[in-house]
Order: sequence, then C-alpha cells, then structure tokens
Amino acid sequence: MEEVDVEPAITVIPGVDSSQRHMGFVWGRGDILLYETQHKGTGSGEAGCPLIHVVRKDEDIYSPILRKLFNESHHIFVGLQQSKEETSSKTKRPQFVSVSKNYRSVIRACMEELQEVAVSTRDAALSAQCCSQVSILLAVELIWNLCEVLFIEAVPAGSLLLHLLDWVRLHKADVDEKAQEVLQSDSPARHHKYWDVVICYVLQGRMDEARQMLAKQASQQPAARSMFKTLDSLMKKMPVFNPAGSQTLTEFDLKWRHWHEECELHLQDGSFSSNSNLETICKILLGHEETLLNQKEQLSTWYHFLVSRLLYTHPSVKPTELHYYAQSSMDLFLDNRSDPEPLDSILLVAFEFDIHQVIKDCSIALSNWWFVAHLTDLLDHCKLLQSHNLHFGSNLREFLLLEYASGLFTHHSLWQLAVDYFDHCPEFGRIYLELQIERVPLDTERKALKVLRICEQRQLAEQVRSICKIMAKKAVRNNRLGSALSWSIRAKDAAFATLISDRFLQDYCARGTFSDLDLIDNLGPAMLLSDRLTFLGKYREFHKLYGEKRFAEAAKLLLSLMTARIAPRSFWMTLLTDALPLLEQKQVIFSADQTYELMHCLEELMSGETEPSDKRTVQEEDIETTKVELLRLALARNLAAAIVKEGTVDSL
Amino acid sequence: MEYINAKFVSQKISKTRWRPVSSTSLQQPEVFATGSWDNEDNKVSIWSVAEQGMQEEYEGDPQLLCEYKHDGDVMDLQFLDQERIVTASSTGSVTIFRHYQNSQTLSVNQRWERAHYHSCDNAPCTGVVCNSPEIVTVGEDGRINLLRVDHKGIVRTIDNADSSTIHAVTFLRTTEILTVNSIGQLKMWDFRQQGNEPSQILSLTGDRVPLHCVDRHPNQQHIVATGGQDGMLCIWDVRQGNMPYSLMEAHSAEMWEVHFHPSSPDHLFTCSEDGSLWHWENYTTTDTPSFLQGGRNATITSRSTIVPASINQSLISSWLTSDSTKGRLETTNMLPSQTMSVNSLDVLGQCLVCGTDGEAIYVTKQVPM
Repeated sequence: MEEVDVEPAITVIPGVDSSQRHMGFVWGRGDILLYETQHKGTGSGEAGCPLIHVVRKDEDIYSPILRKLFNESHHIFVGLQQSKEETSSKTKRPQFVSVSKNYRSVIRACMEELQEVAVSTRDAALSAQCCSQVSILLAVELIWNLCEVLFIEAVPAGSLLLHLLDWVRLHKADVDEKAQEVLQSDSPARHHKYWDVVICYVLQGRMDEARQMLAKQASQQPAARSMFKTLDSLMKKMPVFNPAGSQTLTEFDLKWRHWHEECELHLQDGSFSSNSNLETICKILLGHEETLLNQKEQLSTWYHFLVSRLLYTHPSVKPTELHYYAQSSMDLFLDNRSDPEPLDSILLVAFEFDIHQVIKDCSIALSNWWFVAHLTDLLDHCKLLQSHNLHFGSNLREFLLLEYASGLFTHHSLWQLAVDYFDHCPEFGRIYLELQIERVPLDTERKALKVLRICEQRQLAEQVRSICKIMAKKAVRNNRLGSALSWSIRAKDAAFATLISDRFLQDYCARGTFSDLDLIDNLGPAMLLSDRLTFLGKYREFHKLYGEKRFAEAAKLLLSLMTARIAPRSFWMTLLTDALPLLEQKQVIFSADQTYELMHCLEELMSGETEPSDKRTVQEEDIETTKVELLRLALARNLAAAIVKEGTVDSL
Repeated sequence: MEYINAKFVSQKISKTRWRPVSSTSLQQPEVFATGSWDNEDNKVSIWSVAEQGMQEEYEGDPQLLCEYKHDGDVMDLQFLDQERIVTASSTGSVTIFRHYQNSQTLSVNQRWERAHYHSCDNAPCTGVVCNSPEIVTVGEDGRINLLRVDHKGIVRTIDNADSSTIHAVTFLRTTEILTVNSIGQLKMWDFRQQGNEPSQILSLTGDRVPLHCVDRHPNQQHIVATGGQDGMLCIWDVRQGNMPYSLMEAHSAEMWEVHFHPSSPDHLFTCSEDGSLWHWENYTTTDTPSFLQGGRNATITSRSTIVPASINQSLISSWLTSDSTKGRLETTNMLPSQTMSVNSLDVLGQCLVCGTDGEAIYVTKQVPM
C-alpha cells in the first residue's frame, strides 16, 4: 500500500454531528451518499439528522461555461487519436505543437467567458466562483504552456530562451495596458508609471518598445541627450539569437559577451551616474542580481525573475541547466516564505524536466482530471512518457483517461463524450464502458436507441440484450405489446418474444379477438424469432383464411399447427374448438386422414390431462366434458362423411 | 466547401428550426429556435444570426436572444407562426411558447399536460406538426392527438392508433396525415373519417426497420421521403403500391431527420447519428425546359391523370425518375469533420442550421444550390 501523498481534506457535513453519531456511507459512481446511523457514539438518544447527503467532489462538470471546455477538448482529443496512424514521429512534432496550441486556445476562450460573467453578474456567489475558476484556468494554461515549450517543442539552447520569453510575455500582459495608459496621458514622460513601463519592457526583453518610450524622455531632456543616446545604442546592439540564421550558438555567445563587457564599461565609467533610472536600466542589462530583485513589483513572479535573469546573464542556457537557475531563482525571490504554493512547485518540477512529477502534482492540486488526462495523452503521443506500469496494470495515460471519463460518465449529459475516451483506452476501456453504459438512465426511446447504437458499434452484446430487455419490460408493463415485440426483435431475444406472444394469446382467449392486428399481420421474417411467435402469426393467418372462406387451406394450416408441434399444448383445446365449425360444415373439409390425426390429437390431449382438477369447479368440469363430447361427435361424423366421400367413385 | 460555423452552447441540441419568413419578402431567415435534451434543466432558446453592418460574408456567432425552461426533453419543435412555437416534451405534454420580439422574452402561452400517457408512466410525445390553427401530435403511447390553438381540450384522439411507438408525423393534405412507426410502417390517416383505422398502410417487405423521420415533397403531395434505423433513405409514392419507389443507402447509423428544401425540392438534406449531414442534389438532364419539370405548376399535375407522352418525363418529379441515364444523384457531406450525432437540421432559403450531441450548433448561410 502506497503512502498518502497529501493529507486528505476534511469536508464537514452540515446537520450531522459526527461527534455524537456514527456516519454511514456508500459509494456511488462519482459521489458518496452519507447518512446518520443509529449507532450512538456518545450523547443522548434524541433523533438525529433524517437527511441523506450527496457528497460530490467535482463541481466543475456542472458549470455551464466549463462544459464548453469539455466538449471542445473532446473534439480535439478525438482528432488527435485519429491522426495517430499517419506519419512517423519526426514529422509529427509540429502537428503536436498545433494540437497543444488548440487546447490552450480553448482554455483561453473559456477563461474570457468566465471573466465576462464574473464582471457582469450581480450574484456575488457566482462572481466569486467564476473568479476562482478563472484563476485556476490561468494556472492551468501557464503550466500547459510551459510543458509545451519544454517537452513538446523541446527546442535546443538559444531558442529556448526566446520561447521562455514568449511564455512570460503571454502571461504578463498587463504591461501593455499600463503602456497604453501612459501614452494616452498628456505628458507621457512625466506619468508616474512611466519608468515602470520602461523597466517592464526591458525585463521582458522588448527592446524596441523600451527604446521608443525612452525616446519620449530623451526629447524632454535635451541636456542629457548623450546619456540617452548611449543607452539607446546599447539596447539596440543587444544580440538576439536567430534560430533560422546561420550564426551558431558559440558565435552568438561570443558576441553577447562583447556586448556585456561594453555595458560593463559604460557602467563603470559613470555614463549613467546622473540619472538613477537609466543606471538601473543599465544594471538590469548587465543582469545584476540585486537590481533585478529590487524590481519585485514589476516582476511579480519568480519565474519572470528567472527568465529575465537568464536573459541578461546566460541567454544561451541549455535545457539541462534550467533547473539550477530555477531553484536558485525561486529561493532568491521567495526568501521569506516557508512553503511554496502548489503552482510554484509544479513549475519548478517542470523546469527539472520531471514529467511524471508534474503530472502527479497537478493531479493532487486540481479537483478535476481534465487537465492531466489531456496533457498526459498528448505527451504520450510525443513518446515522452516511459511506460510506467502502475499497480493495477494499465499505464499512466490510460489510468488518467479512465478516471476522467468515469467522472464524465456520472454527468447526466456529458456521458456521451466519455464513450470516446473509453474507446481509446486499449486495456481497460471496454470493461469500464460495459459497466458504465448499463447505468445510463433511459427515459425516452430515443435515448435508448442512442445507447444501443453505442453498444452495437462496439459489439457489447450483453449490454444490448439487457437494455432491450429493460425497454421491453417497460413496454409490457404499459401494455404496449407492439413496442415490446420490436425491442425483443432487436435484441434477438427469443425468450421475451415468447412471453409477449403468450400475452397476445391470453388476450385473445380472454376477449375472443386479437389486439394489435397491424403488428401481427405484418410480422414478416421476425416471426421466426421464437416458436410461440411463429404460432401467433400462423394462428392469425388461420383466422384470416377462415374469414376469407378458404376453408381447405385453413383446415390444413390448423392441423399442421398441432402436428408440427408449433402450438403450445395449452392451446390445443382452443384449436380443436376452432376446428368444430369446420367439422360442422355441410361440405367435407377435413379428409379421413386429417380426421384421424385430429382424433389422435384429442386423445393425446385427454390422456395428458390426468392431473387433479380440483382447481376447476364442477361447472367448468361439465363444460369441458361437453366440449370433448361435442368434438368426439363431430369428429366421428366428419370421419364417416369423409370415408364415404373418398370411397365414392365418380360416376363419370 | 464553404465554411460552416460551430458554436458550443453547453446543451445537447435535439431540435433546431428556422423561424419562417413571410412568403412575400425575399429575405433570408435570421432567427432560429433550438430545444435541448438530456439536461437536468432543458431549455427552449431563440437565436439570431442577423448580420451587423453591411458585410457580405456571415462570420459571426449566433447570438442568444432569449431562452425559457422546458420540462422534460424537447422531442420536437415547430414554429406555428412568426411568434409562436409548439414543443413536444418527453413528459408527454405539448406546449405553445410565445416569443415577444419587442422585449425579447419567451413565455408559455398554452399547455396540454398529459397529451400522451401510459397507464403507469409518462409517455414521451415524439412528434408534432402544425398547420395553423391545428396541431397534430404523436407519441410513444401510439396515440394521435388533434389539437387546436386556444382550445383547451384535445379536439380528437385516435387511441391505440399504433401498437408500437410512432416516431414522426407529417401532413399530406389539410385533412390527411402520415405517420411512421418503429415497426417500419407508414400509415395514412384521414381526419374526415370517423373510425380509428388508418386509410392505408405501407411498409417495406423484409426486415421491419424502424422509421424515424418523414417529410413530404413541398409541391407534390404524393411523394414522401423517410429515413430509418439503418440509415437508408426511401422515397415513396403513396398513391401507388405498397412499396417504396427507391431505396438508397445513405448513413451508417440512424437517420434522424430528412428535409426537402422548401423552395428547391430537387435538394434534400438528411442528418444522422453517425455525425454527418448530407446534401442530396438531384440533377435531371432532360432537354425539356425547367418550367415544365417537377411540379412547378401544380394545376397541371393535379388535373391530368393521363400524362401526355411528349412531356411525360418532365412532369413526373425528378425523384421518381427510374431512368438512371436521365438523372444523377450527388451527395455532399456538409460538416467539416467527424462530429457527434447530428440530431436535427433545418433549411430555408440559403441558410442551414443543425444541432449536435457535441453541444454545438452549426450555421451556414451559403448552402450551395
């Protein structure tokens, strides 16, 4: 048994006093039912809480805006699985990057919508909930973006820093707002946020924008023009690695060192000593740790500090060196906090390129499996996950997808998405689907048809039978025998078809006519599903023939029903009684042989009825005996007439 | 293939319908209604695709105008007129909603609570069709109801019209309807007759495949298209015979809706559980000019029983052409990629809207005709 990673969170159930009573519980598919038991712990014997509580861990799937996230990402997921078989993994990297960007754009779209709702709604609780969801999505997107840069794109040194800069810029977009504010004011150079904006630009490596802003200040102070010009030229000359260019990393490194020395020179000989702001900027360009740390407010996060620090001290950083810098940056930046936030530790672990730990930490920190399931699946496609067998046999990707999909299945509406996820879990997906699909509530026939289609496409024959049986039983209970029959035909359920045919026959015996003629008359090849059903169809045919006065054929059919043993023994009496009018006709319908067979059937029936008849009243006994007498008489008379007819030689 | 927009709406869409445009105006439809299903709170919603500004290309999303809570799944939805919508619910009730365009609100105008019912349970009402002021509804209880707007009770009920579930209904004439059921039969009912028996039953021989949808040709009342569980499209001529005129293999799963285009009936649209929406185009290559083809001039077709030999081919609708050299059928899948089941579609003018189980609505305003 593994150790627990995190202390489990405690949820207090309102109304249940856990110190006084014991609680009982039972697991549902995604939630727990809790109730108070009668077992008294301590305390008096007064009545406890009469309620049953449903405790649910994952509230996110019930949020209407987040539902869009689930649907759209499902679309992307299915597309990714289907494109798997095409090309080799080398050429697929850009495709995976674009899939990753798709996922992220979906997250961003959701974030924007949540933000809009949080701002525009008047309901305080809803607003608070939206805000917290926005912050979780922000964190999720941040982590995903970093994983995309480090793991999926996996760029080498040189470009690595450029990508990290993009990453930071994307997540620190408030500098643009501030810049707008400053530029739109009357005198930008004198705005109180002016220097903040310039420094932010420099920290993010956006030299051109910084220079443009500085130009505004320069024009205001013609006396210090040379100072501004020097700084401007330093900033302009800063070498930036061009991945597409012909310059190698070593050449770039050399150039950068030269530039760095030049900056150092300028700082040493006091070119900027008269203007503290410009001096700060120069120190930043040199990557002075203290100066950078002083800009905590502009940096606001340790990973921004990390990237800025790397930009100005070691721009050709290699991926393997990242984690040293990351650890030290975090320590320097967060020096007075004892425990880092979950987000910080996840990012740190990402910088260490420990994918499994990233996934593990994210699983613990988030309440919904959505993020880890999709990210792991994408990383698995990039072949970045070692096959890591867990205790219960499946690999990490499958485990997370199964957990996520199981959570979806408990939702009244999103269960259809979960089916596709199970499809792409080769080891256990099918079993999970078998267990879950039977528990989808079936209120309407249309929903049952959709569920059946899912089962039939995956050859889940057991589930098809059980669902059809449920629907058929419901139909029988509501006396919709036609519906019930069409369900049993779909399931090819002979036993149930027999049951329904028996009901029809009972109805006939009770009322003397058939109900639902449109069904029985049009059974077609489905008649062959069960013997009883065939009998029903044929019996109805007999009635039709009789109605059309085609007596000879009717007689033949009737006899064949008994002799071929299609008719159930209990119905033979009725059949023989039906034969009576045919026997009583003026013309001879049954031939001698046929009459012998009928008599044989009657005797068989009589000999079989030797069980005690105390369930029948005396009156019924009388009726039975009379019937048999009549039959015997009619048969005898018919036999006589038939023998005479067959013995007669035509006088022609 | 022209671009078709998807909008995710956080509810599985069971029905979409365009609001009818008045026949005199040449405008394209701008407003459509959707109904949801399988939610704890289902809704009827009204959306607008009106363009802002003078752009030629429609690129925006449908905007939600208003919505209203609906009890039970929306099994079917029809516009009664410009302002009123009739819905059929899985609880067995039929409701008329009124859309107030000034305030953009919806409210319940009238409701028949247990129009369809079982002895023990609720029976979903599966189909509704209207010809103002009359409404005909059918349900899983095998019952057909004739309702009238502003009339509180049910005008006429045909109990036990069918021993199995009736899935869809359409008007053939003002007093005649056609229903399809789950044992593969089409039944014609005439309301002028008093009994509870259908006036005609048509079915496929062989396997009794449940039929899910039916639509009548807009100009020729004897031509009907049906789709069923096996995804096959059948064209029937209800005047003659007991058999479909043609059977075409189409989808790989249940076909949920089939629609003839109301003004260009050579175009047919079908949508299915397999996630595709097909546009069928029937090209006839006869020499006769188009104004003599297929039912444009209704008086000619209804009067003549013996069709003059010279224009024989052209007066029979292109759908019933048995000579394959004279016509060809082209189908196009209109949705860009594999989606979940497309439950519903509606087409009017050049605009098409459809809703899926992936909680998305697709709208295009440039259906290639």
